[in-house]
Amino acid sequence: MLQLEDLGKRFGGLPALDKVSFEVPRGKLTALIGPNGAGKSTLINCVSGVLKPTEGTVTFAGADITGQPAHDIAHSGIARTFQNLKLFPRLTVLDNVLTGLTCEGGRSMLMAMLRLPYLRHRERQLKLRAMEALDRFGMTDKANWPAGVLSYGDKKRVELARATVGNPQLILLDEPVAGLNAEETAAVGDQLNRLRIAGYTLLLVEHDMDLVMEISDQIVVLDSGRCIASGSPDEVRCNPLVLEAYLGRMDATA
Amino acid sequence: MHTTQDLLQFIFAGLTSGAIYALIALGFSVVHNTMGIVNFVQVDFVSLGGMLMFSALLTAGLPMMPGLLLAVTGVALVAMLVERFGLRPSRSHHELVLIFLTVGISIILRGAMKLIWGKNRMALPPLTSDEPITILGAAVLPQALWIMLLTLIAISLLSWFFYKTPLGLSMRAVASNPTAAAVVGIPAGKIRLTSYAIAGALGGLAGVLVTPITTLNYDVGVLLGLKGFAAAILGGFGSFPGAVLGGIGLGLLESLSAGYLSSAYKDVVAFVVLLLVLFVRPKGLLGK
Repeated sequence: MLQLEDLGKRFGGLPALDKVSFEVPRGKLTALIGPNGAGKSTLINCVSGVLKPTEGTVTFAGADITGQPAHDIAHSGIARTFQNLKLFPRLTVLDNVLTGLTCEGGRSMLMAMLRLPYLRHRERQLKLRAMEALDRFGMTDKANWPAGVLSYGDKKRVELARATVGNPQLILLDEPVAGLNAEETAAVGDQLNRLRIAGYTLLLVEHDMDLVMEISDQIVVLDSGRCIASGSPDEVRCNPLVLEAYLGRMDATA
Repeated sequence: MHTTQDLLQFIFAGLTSGAIYALIALGFSVVHNTMGIVNFVQVDFVSLGGMLMFSALLTAGLPMMPGLLLAVTGVALVAMLVERFGLRPSRSHHELVLIFLTVGISIILRGAMKLIWGKNRMALPPLTSDEPITILGAAVLPQALWIMLLTLIAISLLSWFFYKTPLGLSMRAVASNPTAAAVVGIPAGKIRLTSYAIAGALGGLAGVLVTPITTLNYDVGVLLGLKGFAAAILGGFGSFPGAVLGGIGLGLLESLSAGYLSSAYKDVVAFVVLLLVLFVRPKGLLGK
């Protein structure tokens, strides 16, 4: 589904990503883990077009999307959430989720506008779908609130609703449970699991190891911009390189 | 009784120029919201509206309403060209660079209008007769009523567009958070082009409507445009209700001060207001 080959990103002279290659298989949940500063968010940003990679290629569903503008990448079927939340604070919750359906309108919105009855009909349909997405995340009662006033947990839920409403082929999730309490984390984990069972392809960046080990099909480990391991949760758990990256060099203390 | 009639007269005059300032201020706000810049070409959109109306009526001999539509769409098209070929090719998207580009394009556009239409002052006929109508004892030009009516229509269309259409939602999304907008698939280029088209149409409409009661020449929009800018600041730059409120407020302040103090200070008022707002409440009346 998504293939990264020798992906690299430098900020000035500093490599944030260095020749990272791995594949996200269709219909699976792949988790991307690693210590702080390993380059996980940079990688997500390079895939979604927020940053342009300096080397390597990103192939999605057979097409090279390396360095394309973010809105084109969104149109090719990749949606995402952000670690530090990027909602539209002045728009209502419902409008926020409706923007997640932008890609469905195609590029002829101006033409659609000229056909008013059609537009009204379509608008009703889109609203219905947005409300369904809000319902999945238990947010229907706040549909008309401005997104800016919501609690942190609610904002995360709205972002998830916005990322999933358009049935994207791949969803990139940048730390969806960071800052949530145990109960909220379990609820989001439950949602992610349901998305996985429903056949969505997911790439999840997360620090919560319990969650990652529980719901991932495949785990990729980054450290200092390099891919140091990948495999099933059990394989990764026992990999000495991974333990080293997280716990420090064993031989230094020995 | 005489004094209330006077007051009414001043209020009508204030509402008329206020409506024009509101249109121009809205134009400034639309572009500011989607691109984060002050678009100084806005002032020339006003002059160009009047000029195109002049050519449509007196050169092409069109009737009023087709002339008005042609002039307004003409300015919208020019505005789109300004964005597409004047701003978008810029290698830097730093706001200051773009703002200076708009200053440069504004000078070029004014030069082009001077070449095409000359430096002489011209007269544009009003939309309908120029026999004043008496309302509650105050004499009002039909053109003033047209200005208020068409401004109201423009504002209603604008809010319909922003709140009821997908493209309008996309534009509000870009204004609220450009990165998030790109990631959900909203193409920034199309949004910028649309916002320039809207700004052009608003400025052009202001020019078409106001020049029959002021005068028409290639730089008539400069002073009007700067007052529209002051109105936008007064209302809160980027806020649509603020632009309308700021426009009307500035128009009323101007005409009341001209009536009760001295008309010599009429143009000063706008800029004193501008300075006061910037000193006391920089975010304006309805600013965020």
